[in-house]
Amino acid sequence: MRDMELIEGHRAITPPEGMPVWDVDPFDTAILSDPEPYYAGLRARGPVVYIPRWSVLALGQYETTKAVFSDHENFVSSRGVGLNDFHVGDPWRPPSIILEVDPPDHTRTRRVMSRALSPKVVRTMAGMFAEAAEELVDELVARGRIEAVEDLAERFPITVFPRVVGMRDVDQRILVDYGACVFNSMGPDNALRRAATARNKEIAPWIMAACARERLTEDGIGAMIYADADAGEIGQDEAPLLVRSLLSAGVDTTVTGIGNALYCFAANPGEWDRLRAEPKLVRPAIEEVLRYTSPVHTFGRTAGRDCEIAGYPVEEGTKILCVLGAANLDPDKWGDADTFRIDRRPVGHMGFGAGIHGCVGQNIARGEMEAVLTALARKVARIEFDGDAPWRPNNAIHALDKLPLKLTPA
Amino acid sequence: MPKVTYIEHDGTETTLEAATGDSVMETAIAGGVDRIVAECGGSMMCATCHCYVDDAWIERTGTRSEGEDDMLASAVCEVKPTSRLSCQIAMTPELDGLVVHLPEEQV
Repeated sequence: MRDMELIEGHRAITPPEGMPVWDVDPFDTAILSDPEPYYAGLRARGPVVYIPRWSVLALGQYETTKAVFSDHENFVSSRGVGLNDFHVGDPWRPPSIILEVDPPDHTRTRRVMSRALSPKVVRTMAGMFAEAAEELVDELVARGRIEAVEDLAERFPITVFPRVVGMRDVDQRILVDYGACVFNSMGPDNALRRAATARNKEIAPWIMAACARERLTEDGIGAMIYADADAGEIGQDEAPLLVRSLLSAGVDTTVTGIGNALYCFAANPGEWDRLRAEPKLVRPAIEEVLRYTSPVHTFGRTAGRDCEIAGYPVEEGTKILCVLGAANLDPDKWGDADTFRIDRRPVGHMGFGAGIHGCVGQNIARGEMEAVLTALARKVARIEFDGDAPWRPNNAIHALDKLPLKLTPA
Repeated sequence: MPKVTYIEHDGTETTLEAATGDSVMETAIAGGVDRIVAECGGSMMCATCHCYVDDAWIERTGTRSEGEDDMLASAVCEVKPTSRLSCQIAMTPELDGLVVHLPEEQV
């Protein structure tokens, strides 16, 4: 271990012979703000590419990305899903016991979470989601001109999600920022990550305090998780960490999904007309938004043992960037991948990941997006850009920074 | 390539050839059987690829996993002893001729 060369907290690797090499920084703010050319470049270079800047491999073609991302036996999560390898350095926070863990430990925590977040549980929330969406959309339509990131994409999840979890403490800025911090921490030691680390120091105590049992109501999914601890399915010390996972993965991501959906419809008014004419398309439309915009653009894995990818040998300890955004736009998989089409039904898209680590909160995310889009489709005839809509660079999230919109009432 | 037949609630039958290793769900999606929705794409997170394995095949497809049981509890149609999530049945040469019945609704 002593003479090992480290880069970004993982072991530097020697690229396998013949593997394409690309001198690019995937975490450069220009790329994070406008990633499509990088996605295309990555796919064009081959199924697996060596990136010397961070001494990692990167995958962007759909088939390989999906295969590696789903192969939890060779490509583990317990060594961190960012650039740091938890085997050779300390994690930036106590690791998540569902995200940054492998079976069999993962199986236990995942089961508790997937029960608490099952479609059946989410169906009981549909009425509350619809009512909250109705109220918010009425207010925004009356206003006409909105900044949709803060006024809608952030406000809706902040209105409903704490109720779902059963939180007594709500702070829009902290809850949105915490998710962004967690995701920025998955990148290299760049300005984004350093800002996230600094911000996290301020807000982590608030977050952990909000996850404590006495800060939760008795009728939310937070309480369900604590009840499972009482039943012995998980440890008492694990319950607050799983509640923390709800807050890190359940707010900023959904905020991004809603914002990205509005962006897609502002940019494709014909598809908005279509959704209004055929409201049943709302569920496939959500999947298309996720495919087309990949709210989580990149997640990593670590080779847990010597193995191979696309015929190239991969040594144990290699960090692999799975570029979900590139896979979701791969024309070999999707055909007219660059076209936003709400009736595509893109089953198998990587918007929620894949395999045993596939997003455990995806049913709630769909439920929230469905409520917002359904209310909007009924009340808003046109969604138009009302100024520039720049993207906000983040090491793992593809979200809008600002989205000024003009809403025309139906 | 092993064949699988999907029988819908109204009796419509579709027989498809499956690539070995593909799931009954993936085969249906590729073949346009839209009575299987498979919203989560096979992560066992949604219960919208629910099927009833034909009685004649139940021995060969094997039994549900524990996680599968939990997720089937969220299916919108009746869960029977033969209920499975079709994303969890991988096609093999031994399953050539498999018959599954589809519920009236998935969402």
